Amino acid sequence: MSEGVEAMSTIALVQEPEHAFTQPSKGRVAMFCVIIAESAIFTIFVVAYIYNIGKSLYGPTPRQVLEIPIFNSICLLSSSLTIWLSEHAIERGKVKSFGLWWGLTFVLGAIFLAGTGVEWHKLIYEDGLTISTNLFGTTFYSLVGLHASHVIIGLIALLTVLLFTVTGHVRQEHAERIQILALYWHFVDAVWIIVFTVVYILGR
Amino acid sequence: MADSTYPMPGSLAEAPRQRWSQAAILEWLHSWVTTVDHKKLGILYMLYSIFFLLVGGVEAILIRIQLMQPNLHFISPQVFNRLFTMHGTTMVFLVGMTYIFGFANYLIPLMIGARDMAFPRLNALSFWLTFFGGLLLYYSFIGGGGLYGQGNAPDVGWWAYAPLTSRAFTPGHSTDYWALSLIVTGFGTIGASVNVVATALCMRCKGMTLMRLPLFVWLNVVTSALALITITPLTAAQIMLLIDRYLGGHFFDTQAGGSAVVWAHFFWIFGHPEVYVLVLPAFAIANEVIPVFSRKAIFGYPAMAAASVAIAFVSLGVWAHHMFTIGMTSVGNAFFVLSTMLVGIPTGIKIFNWIATMWGGKIRFATPMLFCTGFLVQFLLAGLTGIMLSVAPWDWQLHNSYFVIAHFHYVLVGGIVFCIFAGIYYWYPKVTGRMLSETLGKWHFWLFVIGFHITFDLMHIPGLLGMPRSIYTYEANRGWGTLNMIISIGGLIQAVAVLVFAVNLVWSYFKGKEAGNDPWDAWTLEWAAASPPPAYNFATDPVVTSRRPLWDLKHPEDPDWKYE
Amino acid sequence: MLAKCFRCVNCAARSLCLLAVFLASHALFAEGPLSTPSIFAPASTPASSIYELSLFVLAITGGIFVTVAGLIAYVIFRFRQHGQDDVSEPAQIYGSTQVELAWTVIPVLIVVVLFLTTARMIFAIQDAPKPKSALDVTVVGHQFWWEFNYPKLGIRAVNELHVPLSSPQDPKPTFLTLLSADVMHSFWVPQLSGKIDLIPNHVNNLWIDPQHPGLYVGQCGQFCGVQHAKMLLRVYVDTPEQFAAWVKNQQQPAVSDDRVAEGRHVFETQACMNCHTVTGTAATGRFGPDLTHLMSRDTLASGATTNTPENLREWTRNPDTYKPGSLMPAMQLSDQQLDQVTAYLATLR
Ligand code: HEA
Ligand code: HEA
Ligand code: HEC
Ligand code: CUA
Ligand SMILES: [Cu+2]
Repeated sequence: MSEGVEAMSTIALVQEPEHAFTQPSKGRVAMFCVIIAESAIFTIFVVAYIYNIGKSLYGPTPRQVLEIPIFNSICLLSSSLTIWLSEHAIERGKVKSFGLWWGLTFVLGAIFLAGTGVEWHKLIYEDGLTISTNLFGTTFYSLVGLHASHVIIGLIALLTVLLFTVTGHVRQEHAERIQILALYWHFVDAVWIIVFTVVYILGR
Repeated sequence: MADSTYPMPGSLAEAPRQRWSQAAILEWLHSWVTTVDHKKLGILYMLYSIFFLLVGGVEAILIRIQLMQPNLHFISPQVFNRLFTMHGTTMVFLVGMTYIFGFANYLIPLMIGARDMAFPRLNALSFWLTFFGGLLLYYSFIGGGGLYGQGNAPDVGWWAYAPLTSRAFTPGHSTDYWALSLIVTGFGTIGASVNVVATALCMRCKGMTLMRLPLFVWLNVVTSALALITITPLTAAQIMLLIDRYLGGHFFDTQAGGSAVVWAHFFWIFGHPEVYVLVLPAFAIANEVIPVFSRKAIFGYPAMAAASVAIAFVSLGVWAHHMFTIGMTSVGNAFFVLSTMLVGIPTGIKIFNWIATMWGGKIRFATPMLFCTGFLVQFLLAGLTGIMLSVAPWDWQLHNSYFVIAHFHYVLVGGIVFCIFAGIYYWYPKVTGRMLSETLGKWHFWLFVIGFHITFDLMHIPGLLGMPRSIYTYEANRGWGTLNMIISIGGLIQAVAVLVFAVNLVWSYFKGKEAGNDPWDAWTLEWAAASPPPAYNFATDPVVTSRRPLWDLKHPEDPDWKYE
Repeated sequence: MLAKCFRCVNCAARSLCLLAVFLASHALFAEGPLSTPSIFAPASTPASSIYELSLFVLAITGGIFVTVAGLIAYVIFRFRQHGQDDVSEPAQIYGSTQVELAWTVIPVLIVVVLFLTTARMIFAIQDAPKPKSALDVTVVGHQFWWEFNYPKLGIRAVNELHVPLSSPQDPKPTFLTLLSADVMHSFWVPQLSGKIDLIPNHVNNLWIDPQHPGLYVGQCGQFCGVQHAKMLLRVYVDTPEQFAAWVKNQQQPAVSDDRVAEGRHVFETQACMNCHTVTGTAATGRFGPDLTHLMSRDTLASGATTNTPENLREWTRNPDTYKPGSLMPAMQLSDQQLDQVTAYLATLR
């Protein structure tokens, strides 16, 4: 053995006693991964939106046509609360109240989506703002549309679970899966806060 | 310790040796198409990757033939532009992104003592998404012309700078195929990455703490985490591009106030971390091969893991070093110079740790180790040319010159492809039960090394002499001709080497030496399973007490766990 | 301290580099009269500063390479297995904090040095003040050709840039403002300065102060479509007298010669005039190059071919002969029309 090796002294560690060996739930880890990936997509769209604020060469401008969707936002944000209540219910095995809160969540989400539909209808048919009208239109429909598409996916998932609940297939042992799905819904809500701030406050 | 598992009927080694009746073929095919087994999917990923390495390589050879001499008319400028775009896209997305999941899928469950990935069906879905994404890209050769008779196959470069990609400058559908294909393969990548992270965090066998994970697994987790946040910005940018092209949007439409610079930012926010996504799994392979063939434990395990995390982290903040010539402010330029140079530090740590691992060992230069040694030297030089490029004023000269092409082929071929080869020589016995021929392996190695150096060492010089990239031909009086001729000859030598490799893969599958469970006298769990491993991997769930469970078994007098 | 170390290292590296470049560009690879745009043959301040910096960086990275590659070579030869029968395992070493700390700290120091020298150079070049005596030129990139506007002189030149010589006693740098009419291009004349992109909707700047008269070649440095390869650049560095004479000529309106009236008629009645300008005629198109002083240029179509009457005729007949995919269509003129137009164009000095 050469001297060089001797110089790199080895450090002996005492072996620790084995702890109980627990690992995180794979569903939760996967959902966190998906959320991280989705966050990156939204970040890019949000950056594109912010960068292009005020860069449109012709109208209509956000100030002229956008109305702040307060009722909509309240619906969506409160759905985070209702889904949280339903998570609690299923954890304790109260399937009935779970179904109730879950259904309410779905309704709130649906109202939000309908509200977006109404808003877009007005923008397109009254204000003549489409995705190709100007930069504002392009970035607005893309960002809000991206979020809306996530709401749609969420609603489909919510509906599926709702159907299972109604047909009596959801039991307490599904609590974990339901919580994972709820994570996604919380994420969609949280993103709305950012989209809302950027589009309706910063951008107006 | 579960070192006694038995080959089961239906595992890879048996399947093709059945009698080839029509029904048997169909059943065999069906079993591959519908498989959710991580090993079969891993093999599919690898075959896919190797296939496209050949395709992309053929494209490279055509490029090189055209550039052999000034003013050649071997292929038209239009075709040349398609070729280098397809070459770059193929190599990065269809070769680079798939070899990662080939190795990861096959090896991670075996290394952590699991029976499969966390989500087997998601795994299959991810592979097939990637598969169809690749088909979509190549389908553009047929469908890209559209109704306009415009050129088929994308021809905008793999970075696809706006506004060249807008409908005004690139009519036809080729660019749409390009964008769509990358979105689709992107979803495949996201699915596979989620799976890798979830598997490594949640499916480990008893005793396999995070600090005992083989470094291979560590690096793949970092890679996948990085892929999750880098592939998605590309997806976002491609969606914007399609909105521009199909819905008349204006994101990158400079006529309507959109910005070409924003595309460049978005692309490189993806593009730079992407190159580390490609290289970290190559490091992962080196981390397994170098210790085993040096007969020593990896030097500085925690530092190796930490350095990988550091590389991933820093690499998120360096993207604009691809844009030094785009006209940023001096402060902006200086910032990206610094962040880029910082990446050299954790990377240096890795190189030094590998050298220290070899130091004092008894190095056996079997083919996998030969490739890893080549990788070590080449990656060192490639990193140093990277440092030269990161010197912004110098990059104002070197940007988009053949110096950059030389830099990144040095990393991509000299680093990654060398490690892929090392990995294949190392794990082929595990996958097929047979050794690859060492004789052919040595031929492959030496031909490839020689070809590689003839091509890519010399390629730096035309760059310094002012030769830009992406040109289909050049003037005779520039003094680049002879150099390019030699470079192209090097490319042909590489092609011969790759052919030798392909022959080796096929020949050894039928005629190779029987491998046994543990031909390299290695230390990680996959070598405790049979070769090829049965569908369920391990008959009993393994329990580990150190980083090198098989070392502990073989050296009960001096087990690893005492030192960790 | 930094500056001194910079000079010192440079000295050593320079002689080596010069030798290598000399060999590479001249002795080994001669193919007739060469004009190699080597970045190691600078002729203007930004290019020479970059050259100095590059030698410094080369020396440092070269040092790292020799050290680390030396280590690898040593390890390969010193620690290889001797004979197949030597199966005992070497001593297992798991790490060493001191050593690992050392090889973290030393690179940190190197990075600090590299960064400081680089940053200094970035500011020196990019934020250099613009002297009063500077000449302004606005460069506009078009798909596969260059337009050079001299706003103060009222000149619109094409493809071949003329700039005055600059010397330390009589500084006459040229400050370029760069724009694009369509897609991204990049202005790169290696011997004069680094490159900078021409981007639609985004103004960039660059300056040069060429110290030796002569011709400097370069080409578009950003992929911009089919004929990116033939978007060549020629910069003529003129002595003050030459430059004044050139300016004077360019400021004249187009020569009007009655002997080529048929040719001019063809030019004005065919679509040519939709894309090209010839001052003093009906032709005011802006899509293609200004042809007012076509014959003052040495090359056609940004260097695709030399400017001779035969080439001019062939170019007009079918541009694809020299530049397949260029945006000028073949105009399907008859042989007679071709002769006439060529004769006309040949008078546009
Ligand atoms: C796997 C792929 C890979 C990897 C690992 C790297 C690694 C690095 N790259 Fe490279 N790069 C590419 C792939 C890669 N690159 C590609 C594909 C492109 C072109 C894309 C295109 O335009 O098409 C590119 C382009 C590119 C550019 C832009 C050039 C241009 O277009 O103008 C730059 C500029 O800074 C750069 C720098 C670096 C640096 C600093 C590293 C560092 O990570 C290197 C770090 C390693 C070392 C430094 C060596 C080991 C360290 C030591 C021995 C310690 C001591 C050293 C010091 C203290 C310096 N790269
Ligand atoms: C992993 C990535 C990777 C790999 C492995 C390679 C491998 C090679 N590359 Fe490539 N290259 C890129 C990634 C890669 N490249 C990228 C990202 C670009 C930028 C694209 C852009 O600008 O848009 C690029 C661009 C690029 C250019 C510049 C084009 C231009 O700008 O004009 C050149 C030119 O020489 C080149 C050459 C080569 C060569 C000679 C090889 C060789 O190493 C190839 C060796 C392999 C083979 C030769 C295969 C052998 C094939 C057979 C034996 C045939 C088998 C037969 C059957 C199919 C049945 N590459
Ligand atoms: C559709 C537009 C268009 C029409 C019509 C057109 N040109 Fe051009 N022309 C161009 C463009 C664009 C270029 C630059 C090509 C390049 O360098 O890539 C060019 C280049 C040239 C050049 C070379 C200029 C130089 O400075 O090197 C000449 C000469 C020329 N055209 C002559 C003609 C003549 C004569 C006609 C008519 C018979 C004509 N052009 C019709 C677009 C046009
Ligand atoms: Cu203009 Cu390339
Ligand atoms: Cu990079």
